[in-house]
Amino acid sequence: MNPVPRLSPGHKFRLDRVRGAWVLLGPERMFVPDEHATEVLKLIDGQRDVAAIVADLAARFNAPSEAIRIDVDAMLADLSARGAVRL
Amino acid sequence: MTPPPPLGLIAELTHRCPLQCPYCSNPLDLERAAAELDTATWLRVLDQAAEIGVLQVHLTGGEPLARRDCSELVAHASANGLYTNLITSGVTLDDRAMAALLAAGIDHIQLSFQDVVASENDRFGASPNAFAKKQAAAARIRQAGLPLTLNFVIHRANAGRVPQMIAMAEALGADRTEIAHVQYYGWGLVNRAALLPTLDQLHAATEAVDDARARLSGRMVIDYVVPDYHAARPKACMGGWAQRFMNISPAGRAMPCHAAETLPGFTFPSVRDVPLSDIWNSSDAFLRFRGTAWMKEPCRSCDRREVDWGGCRCQAFALLGDTHATDPACELSPDHGVMQAAVTESEGAAGAYVFRKPRKDVVLS
Ligand code: SF4
Ligand code: SF4
Repeated sequence: MNPVPRLSPGHKFRLDRVRGAWVLLGPERMFVPDEHATEVLKLIDGQRDVAAIVADLAARFNAPSEAIRIDVDAMLADLSARGAVRL
Repeated sequence: MTPPPPLGLIAELTHRCPLQCPYCSNPLDLERAAAELDTATWLRVLDQAAEIGVLQVHLTGGEPLARRDCSELVAHASANGLYTNLITSGVTLDDRAMAALLAAGIDHIQLSFQDVVASENDRFGASPNAFAKKQAAAARIRQAGLPLTLNFVIHRANAGRVPQMIAMAEALGADRTEIAHVQYYGWGLVNRAALLPTLDQLHAATEAVDDARARLSGRMVIDYVVPDYHAARPKACMGGWAQRFMNISPAGRAMPCHAAETLPGFTFPSVRDVPLSDIWNSSDAFLRFRGTAWMKEPCRSCDRREVDWGGCRCQAFALLGDTHATDPACELSPDHGVMQAAVTESEGAAGAYVFRKPRKDVVLS
C-alpha cells in the first residue's frame, strides 16, 4: 500500500506567527503537531505518495528509509483515525 | 505572568433565531437587536483576535445568518488568517447566503438538526418546514465543496434515534457529526425535567456512537458530548475557565463562556471599550477562576484539578448557589446527590416544553 495522503476536508496546516509553531486547524478542532509530525505534514500536498514523503525525509535527515517508513505509517494512521488526514 | 493566548473566539453575533428550541442554551433574557454590536466593532474585534493569537473564530448565536453582515465578518476573519466556522440552523441558508459565504472564504459549516424525523424536527424548532430547508442547506454546503458537520442535540424524545441520525449524516455526505446531549443551561435548564434521558437511553446512545465510530473510522469523525447528570466526573468546561476560549455576547460583553453571565458578582468587560489583550491578560472576570488558586476542597488537593479544572462554574452556581463549589457532576462533590435527584424528578415528568420565546423587535442590522 502506497497511498497519497491528503488533509481531510476543512483542514488547514499553517504557521502561527504568534506562537511560532505550526498548527493543523480543522472543523472545531486543532492539533499542535510535534516536530516529526510537522515535517510529515509539510510534505502532504495531495500529490506525493507515502514513498515519496519517506524518500524526502530520508534524504534530508540522512536516516534509513525503512525506519522512517515505520514512523510515517504510524503517524499517518493516527492522524487518519483522528480524522485529520485521508489515506 | 501573561497566560498563553486564547485558541478560539466564540462570536455570538445575535440571539435572534428563526427557531425556538426548548433546549437552547441562550440566556432566558435574550439580547435585543438594538443592543447588538455594530459591524465596525466586530471588524475591530476580529483584528484584535488575530493579533493576540486566536486561531479559530466560531460565528454563532442565535442564528448568525440573521445578521446581514455575517459574510462580511467571515471575509474579514479569513483575510486575517483566522479559521472561520459558522454554526447555523440552516433554515435561512439559501443560494444567496451560500454564495456570499463561499466568496468570503468560509472554512467550515456546522448545521444543526433537531431530529431525523421531519415532524419531530419541526416540532422541536417550532418552525414548519425547517427540516426540508435544512436538508436543502446540507446539499448546498456539499455542492459548494465545503466540509459539513451535522449537529444533533440529544434528549429524552430523540435519544433512541442516534443510529438513524448518523445514517442521515452519512447520506448527506457529512465529514463530521456531533451527537451532543443537551447541556442544561438557559432554556435547557428550564426544561430539564422533560429533556433528561434515562440511564438506559444514555447507554444505548453511547453504544450507537461507539459502533458508528468503529465502522466509519477514517471517513467520518463523530464527536460525542455526554450529559453531566449521569457522570462520575465533570467536564473540563471550555477546557478550563479562560484557558482556551473567549466568548463575546451579542452586546459585546467578553466572557470565558457563554453562560457566564448567569454568575453573580461579575462585571464582564465590553469589547466596545477594552482591547481583547487586556480582557484576556488582566481583567478580573478572566482571572477570577483561571487556574487552581480559587479552588476549595475537594478540588484543591485533587489530582484531577488541572484535568477538569473543577468542572463548570455556571453549573456549580445554578445547582448549588456557590460559584466556588466543586461542580456537583463530580462524585467527589459533597452535593453530588443533586444530580441523581434531578434524574429521579425527571423520570415522572411529562414531556411538556417551554419553547424559547422569540423577540419581536425591530431588526436594525
Ligand atoms: S438551539 Fe435552536 S433556538 Fe437556540 S440558537 Fe440554536 S437553533 Fe436557535
Ligand atoms: S474533586 Fe474537583 S478536581 Fe477533582 S475530579 Fe472532582 S471536580 Fe475534578
